[in-house]
Amino acid sequence: MASPTVAGLVWPNADARPRLYPVHVDPITAMGRRPFLASAWPWRAWAYLATASLPGALGLSVLAADLAVGGGLAKALIGLPLLGALALAGIPMGRVERWRLRLIDPAPIADPHRSPARPGVRCWLATRGREAATWRELGYAAVFVTLLWPLDLAVAIAAVVLPLALITSPLPVALGAHRGLWPGVAISTPLQAAAAVPAGLVLLAGGGYLVTALAVAQGRLARRLLTAPANLDGQLAEVTRSRARLVSAFEAERRRIERDLHDGAQQRLVALSMSLGLARLDLPDGPAADQVAHAHEQAKLALTELRELIYGIYPQVLTDRGLAAAAEEAADRSPVPVELEFRLDRRLPQAIEATAYFVICEALANIAKHSEAAGAWIRAELTGGLLVLEIGDDGVGGADVSRGSGLSGLADRVAVVGGTVAVSSPPGGPTSMRAELPCQ
Amino acid sequence: MPMSLRVVLAEDGALMRVGLTALLTRFGHQVVAEATDAAQLVQAVAAHRPDIVVTDVRMPPGFSDEGLRAAVALRKTQPGLAVLVLSQYIEKTYAGELLDSGDGTGVGYLLKDRVGDVAEFIDALQRVAAGGTVVDPEVVRQLLRHRRDPLERLSAREREVLALMAEGRSNAAVARALVVSEAAVGKHIGHILTKLDLPPDDDDHRRVLAVLSFLRA
Repeated sequence: MASPTVAGLVWPNADARPRLYPVHVDPITAMGRRPFLASAWPWRAWAYLATASLPGALGLSVLAADLAVGGGLAKALIGLPLLGALALAGIPMGRVERWRLRLIDPAPIADPHRSPARPGVRCWLATRGREAATWRELGYAAVFVTLLWPLDLAVAIAAVVLPLALITSPLPVALGAHRGLWPGVAISTPLQAAAAVPAGLVLLAGGGYLVTALAVAQGRLARRLLTAPANLDGQLAEVTRSRARLVSAFEAERRRIERDLHDGAQQRLVALSMSLGLARLDLPDGPAADQVAHAHEQAKLALTELRELIYGIYPQVLTDRGLAAAAEEAADRSPVPVELEFRLDRRLPQAIEATAYFVICEALANIAKHSEAAGAWIRAELTGGLLVLEIGDDGVGGADVSRGSGLSGLADRVAVVGGTVAVSSPPGGPTSMRAELPCQ
Repeated sequence: MPMSLRVVLAEDGALMRVGLTALLTRFGHQVVAEATDAAQLVQAVAAHRPDIVVTDVRMPPGFSDEGLRAAVALRKTQPGLAVLVLSQYIEKTYAGELLDSGDGTGVGYLLKDRVGDVAEFIDALQRVAAGGTVVDPEVVRQLLRHRRDPLERLSAREREVLALMAEGRSNAAVARALVVSEAAVGKHIGHILTKLDLPPDDDDHRRVLAVLSFLRA
């Protein structure tokens, strides 16, 4: 067993936990390493800046055209939809920019938009209009079109042209001409040219870092605005809700099966047993009576088995009388004596009762199977909308959460209702478990 | 006791209702009214003043424990009314609520399966109608398991006797079941009551109630 105490177990095992990004190196880390300039990053960063002008210039033209036409026609009302369409301009821009971001950002980047619930333009518009992602993209597009792409273009050009001009300056100087750098600044003497070459090399190297730094900064901004973490939370919440719905549907189905068996098979078997019992009264001793007696015993056995089966599917007392009564019955069935202390002043939501009952049954089963305990206890208390369930035994301990025991299934089940389980089971015991279930 | 009992039967399953009626009739009892839900049960009891009510725990409309609640309510307003409750499962909680109702006499709680043992079922019915207390052996078994308190002081034989007592059996019946003399049973019971610090009492069901209330504590 790896660690004697496993606290705060929420996820069944480490493998199932969502990983962070794969092992790609990001450009910032790469910058700290020696052969950075020889790596692909400066090139990728430069490409990122240089290609910004394509969507940037296009976006600016569309924006200008739309404002001009839409604004001009606004009085005739036809222009208003055109202006309104601008609100959605961030969506295609976001898509292009997310695609471009892959040049410098190795982490996966997901579309922050939800699929509309129904097909059709209206639903699409309604969905997009309500999404934070749409407006974040619009914000990014506005900054990008007006500010970022001209800056990117300038830096991308300067980082290449200026060093190249310096490095190649000996050529025109040798031919008797000069190399103009700036209006009024030129390299004209061989001495200046000799100094310009190393200066150009230094600038070229520095440019590599500058370009990468700018690209990374812009990439961070893009990631922040073009993937919506809030939306990811939304999706997670949706998945959680859907999981809860599944479990609740599953519970409802169990209750239905329980009811069907009770109304159907069990009733018939009781009636059969009754008929056979009556038949035995009237039959004189003999082979026929023996046969009927045998059949009667079989029917009674079948009834007992069916009763146990139905009880296992869903205990009626849980529905009728709540958790404390059901826990008491479960404790009575346990081969290990169990002390109960329940302080619940009201009935809990059905899902919570079912989950808590599941936890109790699983824990008692584990105790009976593995703990070698002479006694166990269950405490339940409702404090501020939180059901705290503590189960312990005086057994040998050493319950291992990581080795696919019932404990991991238990943590799964509790996670569905937004609860947590913590287990402490040092070798030599005792074992105790604490489950917290929110009852809102 | 070959007396004819007037029975109100509450059971929503048609098959069970017909079967139980046939069974009761076969033993000379009379089903004066059949109810298929708790409201009908209360009406039928008011209209027919039966000797005993036989009811299922689970009935419409909620298919929860309407039958049991109706039985408890009936015994609250008519403490002398004998009630035999048939339950699909043994739930100590239900047994406790039922035994606490009225003065605890003339009440029975049996697993539904027991109706298959027709003679024993009719016997239990008649004992309840006569004011006795009948608790399903399964309840007693559950109650006797894991008690570390004074019950541990009982010998195995004394536990057997206690279990049979809790089922509402007379000394003679206990003696027959264990194939011992009635005098031996009397001695066992004396020991049990002493060990459990209960004063001796001649009354069968009072002893049972004392034992059960002790077990429930």
